[in-house]
Amino acid sequence: MASDRLSRRGFLIRGAAVGGAALLGGCDQLSQSPAFRDVLQSTEGLTQRVQRMVLSKRSLAREYSEADLSQHFKANGSTAVADAAYQQSKQGGFADWRLEIGGLVERPASLSLAELRKLPARTQITRHDCVEGWSAIGKWSGAQMAPLLQSVGLKPEARYLVLHCADTLGRTGKYYESIDLIDAFHPQTILAYDMNGAALTEPHGAPIRMRVERQLGYKHAKYVQRIEAVSSFAMIRGGRGGFWEDLGYEWYAGI
Amino acid sequence: MVSAVIAPPAPEIVYRHALAVRITHWVNAFCLLVLLLSGLQIFNAHPTLYFGEKSTPERAVLSMNAVQRADGSYAGITTIGSTQFDTTGVLGLSRDAAGELDGRGFPSWITLPSYRDLATGRLWHFFFAWLFVFNGLAYLAYAAWSGHVRRDLAPTRPQLRHIGQSVWEHIRFRFPKGEEAKSYNVLQKLTYLAVIFGLLPLIVLTGLTMSPAMDAAFPFLLDVFGGRQSARTIHFMCATAITLFVIVHVFMVFASGAWNNIRSMITGRYAIDPEEVPHGK
Repeated sequence: MASDRLSRRGFLIRGAAVGGAALLGGCDQLSQSPAFRDVLQSTEGLTQRVQRMVLSKRSLAREYSEADLSQHFKANGSTAVADAAYQQSKQGGFADWRLEIGGLVERPASLSLAELRKLPARTQITRHDCVEGWSAIGKWSGAQMAPLLQSVGLKPEARYLVLHCADTLGRTGKYYESIDLIDAFHPQTILAYDMNGAALTEPHGAPIRMRVERQLGYKHAKYVQRIEAVSSFAMIRGGRGGFWEDLGYEWYAGI
Repeated sequence: MVSAVIAPPAPEIVYRHALAVRITHWVNAFCLLVLLLSGLQIFNAHPTLYFGEKSTPERAVLSMNAVQRADGSYAGITTIGSTQFDTTGVLGLSRDAAGELDGRGFPSWITLPSYRDLATGRLWHFFFAWLFVFNGLAYLAYAAWSGHVRRDLAPTRPQLRHIGQSVWEHIRFRFPKGEEAKSYNVLQKLTYLAVIFGLLPLIVLTGLTMSPAMDAAFPFLLDVFGGRQSARTIHFMCATAITLFVIVHVFMVFASGAWNNIRSMITGRYAIDPEEVPHGK
């Protein structure tokens, strides 16, 4: 009797384990099916539309006080740049660094750091939210993107800015990101050159990193070298608008 | 002195759950399952919780880490406040599907996908979060229109007066019969109300507070919950509370007549166990 019951219990436990494993295996298979991923990803557009509806173009991300600054601001993703030209430029204090602005613009530009520092600037103490789940608060100063874009003059067909970076993450080539014009013209969108009152360090994206305060950390591209205005990013690299996007993350990272 | 043999009276079948309640119940249950499993995948990307706006590792509320022991072997350590627990094999360090030891918060058999993949966990989570919200809104619209909350969920005054008795009956696993079994008992009503109007909205709002865009649109969310990292911690606590609710709920379903309860949530029909027939006058 007792052994009977035990074996029945054993059978039930084994059955549950096998059933559970099959269920998880099925979910893993679904997770890798491109068609099913498209279904799951269909709500990204919904999220973007709804968030853009409740956000006014100028709603600001919360700004904090000096007392709120993180003691230790984690540097994530690339924390060093292998590129030889980058390292050489770093040796010289980035004196020869140029930020190129091109693509669908009327007047392509090439700016030195000194020139960038003379442009209309903004300083903001904001919270950096990593897609992994942690947050850190830092103080950023940099050139506002909006006046810079007005000075180069976007062509009417320009829809996105693609940020090309100096660092290589993984094996798929250099980091890149893209933002649309709503975020590009937002007052808190800056090309930051200072962090916590000092020039950016290499782990944090020296000499220039993007700040797009209403989106997650991976949109805040570091080591920005070139900004390209485009009508679509479908033909660039993996076609999904960014390094992490090409690996399956959402292009719209407002949540 | 002839004792008459009284045939047990046939159970009365009542129509207990409306179609809208049945459908939204099962959609909700499925969404919560997917949201939990994909949520644990997302948690695993940074298996540490904090209070406040930012992450301050030295003041973590909860963390799950793999650490190396003095003898070179590895252990999974879960830290709650300043107390450490060895949770090797389950939390902090567990074996993946291939049997390899892997440093991860929750084990592979309870995350979606089973392997480490934050991007895909997020896809599952947000798709089912939307479904969960639409389903919840449909339920609330039905509830408002039909008077479901007032009729079925709001405890009556006599019920509230006899709450102590209901607690005592639950402790002894005595469940109401006859007329009384036609409506939810007072503990059931209060629990359902707390879940429907407390926990579920709270988990949605704390989820939204983790969104930098939502925080820009509605900065008061940060004040209500005490910061983004607090919201993340409360979100996790809500998920834990909902999981505990589901465990107790399913346990009670089985304790009070599994087939009858499950059938009533599928077909709507529920058999009432008749009361003892009163003898004599």
